[in-house]
Amino acid sequence: MTTDSAEPKYPEHTYLNDGYSLKSWLLTKDHKRIGILYLISITFFFALGGLFALLIRLELLTPQGDLMQSDTYNKMFTMHGIVMIFFFLVPSIPAVFGNFLVPIMIGARDLAFPRLNLASWYMYMAGAVFALYAIVSGGVDTGWTFYTPYSTAHADSHVISTAVGILIMGFSSIFTGLNFIVTIHRMRAPGMTWFRLPLFIWAHYATSLIMILGTPVLGITIALVGVERALGLGIFDPANGGDPLLFQHLFWFYSHPAVYIMILPAMGVISEVITCFARKVIFGYGFIATSSMLIAILGFFVWGHHMYVSSQSEYAGLIFSALSFLVAIPSAIKVFNWTATLYKGSITFEAPMLYVFGFIGVFTIGGLTGLFLAALGMDRHVHDTYFVVAHFHYIMVGGALMAYLAAMHFWWPKMTGKRYPEGLAMVGAIAVFVGFNMTFFPQFILGYLGMPRHYHEYVPEFQFLHIMSTAGASVLGVGYLIPGVCFLWSLIHGRNAGPNPWEAKGLEWTIPSPPPTHNFEEIPVVTEEPYQYTSEASSVRHS
Amino acid sequence: MSDTLNGQSRLAHHFVDLQQQKSAATLGMWLFLATEVLFFGGLFVAYTLYKLKYYEAFVAGSHELSITLGCVNTAILITSSLTMALGVYGAQTGRKAFACNSLLATLALAGAFLVVKYFEWSAKFEHHLVPGPDFQFDVTHAAAVVANPELLRIEHVKMFFILYYIMTGLHGIHVVAGIGVIAWLYTQARKGVYSAEYYTPVELVGLYWHFVDIVWIFLFPLLYLLGRH
Amino acid sequence: MSLDHILTPRAYLTVFFMLLVLTAVTVYVAFIDFGAWSTPVAMAIAIIKATLVLLYFMHLRYSDGLTWLVIVSSFIMLVALVLITLGDVFTRTMTTAPPALGM
Ligand SMILES: [Cu+2]
Repeated sequence: MTTDSAEPKYPEHTYLNDGYSLKSWLLTKDHKRIGILYLISITFFFALGGLFALLIRLELLTPQGDLMQSDTYNKMFTMHGIVMIFFFLVPSIPAVFGNFLVPIMIGARDLAFPRLNLASWYMYMAGAVFALYAIVSGGVDTGWTFYTPYSTAHADSHVISTAVGILIMGFSSIFTGLNFIVTIHRMRAPGMTWFRLPLFIWAHYATSLIMILGTPVLGITIALVGVERALGLGIFDPANGGDPLLFQHLFWFYSHPAVYIMILPAMGVISEVITCFARKVIFGYGFIATSSMLIAILGFFVWGHHMYVSSQSEYAGLIFSALSFLVAIPSAIKVFNWTATLYKGSITFEAPMLYVFGFIGVFTIGGLTGLFLAALGMDRHVHDTYFVVAHFHYIMVGGALMAYLAAMHFWWPKMTGKRYPEGLAMVGAIAVFVGFNMTFFPQFILGYLGMPRHYHEYVPEFQFLHIMSTAGASVLGVGYLIPGVCFLWSLIHGRNAGPNPWEAKGLEWTIPSPPPTHNFEEIPVVTEEPYQYTSEASSVRHS
Repeated sequence: MSDTLNGQSRLAHHFVDLQQQKSAATLGMWLFLATEVLFFGGLFVAYTLYKLKYYEAFVAGSHELSITLGCVNTAILITSSLTMALGVYGAQTGRKAFACNSLLATLALAGAFLVVKYFEWSAKFEHHLVPGPDFQFDVTHAAAVVANPELLRIEHVKMFFILYYIMTGLHGIHVVAGIGVIAWLYTQARKGVYSAEYYTPVELVGLYWHFVDIVWIFLFPLLYLLGRH
Repeated sequence: MSLDHILTPRAYLTVFFMLLVLTAVTVYVAFIDFGAWSTPVAMAIAIIKATLVLLYFMHLRYSDGLTWLVIVSSFIMLVALVLITLGDVFTRTMTTAPPALGM
C-alpha cells in the first residue's frame, strides 16, 4: 500500500457513474446495481439480526432472567432466526455476488431477465416490510420454524404478517434462482463450455435448483399456516384430523435444502479464492462441480433428520439417517479438493484467504458435528440443545458468513474499483475467527451437558460457558465492524484497484474495475480452461 | 427477419439474437411452471395423506359436490385450452383476426369457468358446507354412500372441504391471473404487436394457461369423483 | 425465423376431442367399483390427459431435452415428497417394542 507510483487509472465510464439520481438506482435493470441494492438491504438486516443476537447473549450472561421476560426472549430468538435466515443468509451470496458476478463470469451483458431481477429485489423489500411490521408492532414468538399447532392456534404474536413477508421473500428467491438457471443455460459466451465454467457458477446453478424446486413448498406451507390462522381453515389442525407432522415434513422439505442455499454459494466463493491465493489450478475441478450438484440433489431427501424425536416413524428415521450420512460425502470431497489445491501452492495470506482458511476449519467442525446429529441415538441426547445451536452456527455463521466476508474482500475492488486496507482487514479476519470460535465452541459443550435451546434461564453450572460465549460474541461483533470500517475507508481513501488487483483468472478480472454498464465492449470468446494459475508469485500483488 | 416493429427493437441489449432471447424466455416459463408444480404440490401431499387416512369422510364430502358442474367446468377449461392453442397458432401463422378471436374466446371461457365456480361455492355456503363454526353435515344421511359408516367422522368431512376450498381457491386465483394476462395479450394482439416473427408472449401465456388446465385435470377426479360406485 | 414446429388446427382439435373423451371415461369409470384401484385408475387417466396437453398444446413433443428435464424433475420431486411423507405416516404405528431389559 506504499508504492503509489503505479496506481492504476480509475475508469471513465462505470456502472456506478452511469446516472446518480435515486431513480437511476431504484429503476435500474443493471444486474450490478441490483447486486448493490441487495448489498445495502441485507447489510441492514444483518445488523438487525445481530442486534437481536446481542440481546440474547446479554440475557444469557446470568442464569436468571434479568434482562427480559421469557415471552420477550422467545421473540428475540425467533426474530433473530427469521431475520438472519430469510432476510440475510438466503439472499446473501446469491443475491449480491451471484447477481453481480454470474453474468460477468460467463461472459454475458446481464442476467436473462433484468426486469424480473429488479422485481425480485422489490419482492425482497416487500417481504421485508411485512417482516419489519411484525417486528416493530410487537414481534413474533414461534421460532423461525413456525411449528404447528403453536403457530396456528396458540401463538399470540404477529404470525400472519411474518408469514406473508416470508411468502413474498420466497418468491424473490425463486425468481432469482430461475434467472440464474436460464442465464447459465442460454447466455454463456462462445467457448464457455460447461466444464470451463467457474466453480462459483456451478455452485450457483446447484443453489438455483434448490431455490426453484424447494422454495415453492415453503411458500405454500407458510401460506397454509397463514390461512389456518386467518380463515380457520385448519389443514394442520388435529381437531379436524390434521397432522402437525405434515407441517414439519413440508417445512423441512424446503428448510433442510435451504441450508444448502446458504452454504453452496459459499463453497463456490471458497473455490474461487483458494485457487487464486494458492496460485495453483484448482484440484479436482470435476469433483467439485459434480459434488455441488450431488449436494443439491441428495440434500432434498434428508429432511426427516429434523424430526427424529417428533414421533416420526422409526423406519423413516432410519432412512433419513442413512441419507444424511450420504450427503456428507460430497461436502467432504470439496474439503479434500481444497486442501489438495493448497498442496505445493505458493500461498499468500491476504484477508480473503484468511477467511477461507477460517471457513475450511470451521466448516469441517460444523459438518462433522452434523454427522453426530444425523445419528439416531446421538440425536436423541442432544436434540434441541445448544449442541444443535452450535452445529448450525458453525455452518451458517462460520461457514456461510465467513465465505460471504471472503467474497466481500475478494470482489470489493471489482465492485468499487478501490482497494481496502489489507492489514486492518487481516486483523478483522482474525478477530472474526477467534470471536466466532469463542462464541460457539462452548455451546457444543453446553449442549452436550444438556443445556436446552430456547430458554432464557438456566442452572448456575452452565454460567461459565455462557460467559465465555458472550465474551466471544463481543469479539465477533467487533470483528464484524472492522470490515465495515475497511470498506467505508476504501471508498474515500482507497487506492484504485485496476482491473485485476489479485492477478486472478476469470472473465470478471479482464474488464475494468468497476465494470462499465454493459460489462463487455465485445462479448469475449473463451479459449482457455479455468484457473490457469502459475506458481510465479507476482510482485504487484504484494505491493 | 425483421427485428423491429414501429422502429422499436424487439431485441433486448443483452441478447445476441432473437433466437437466444426466445429460448431464454421459454426456458424461464417452463422453470416457472416447475415451481408451480411444487407450489400446488404441498396441497397434493396434504390431500393424499388425508384421503388415505379418512377415506370414508372424503367419499361423503365428495358426494356433496355436483358432478355435472364439475364436468361442465372441465369441458370449459379444456375448450379454453384449445382456443388458447389456436390463439398461438394464429399468432404463429400471422393470422391476426383469428388470433384475436381465439384469445377472446379463451377469455370468455375462463370467465364462464369462474361463474360456474361461483355458483358451486355459493351453493356450498347455503348448505353450511363451509369449515368454521357454522359447519353442518348430516352424517346419518351420508352413511348411505360410504362402505364403512362407522369410520365416518364429521370433522374429517370438514377436512375434505378445507382442502376443497383451498385447492379450488388457489386454482381459481390462477384462473383470475390468467384472465388478466390473456386480456393484456388480447389488447396487444389487437394493436398488431404479434406476427409470425414475434409471438413469444402469446406462446408463454399459452404455456401458463395449459398448466392451469392440467391442474384442473387432476383436481376434478380427486375432488368430485371419489367413491361414486 | 421460426424454427418452431407449427401444429395444424386439425391436430389441436384431435387432441381436444381425445381430452373430452377421456373426461367422459374418467367419469364413467368412477361409477365402477375397482376397490383400491379406483384412485390409481383415475390418476392414470388424468396423467394421460395431462401428457396430451403437455405434448401437443404445450409443444413439449417438439421441445429440447432440457424442457423435458425441467418438467420431469419437478414431477419427480413432487412424487418423492408425497411418497416419503406417506412412508413416514403409514409406518409410524409399526413400531417394534424394545426388548425387555433383563434385570
Ligand atoms: Cu437438515
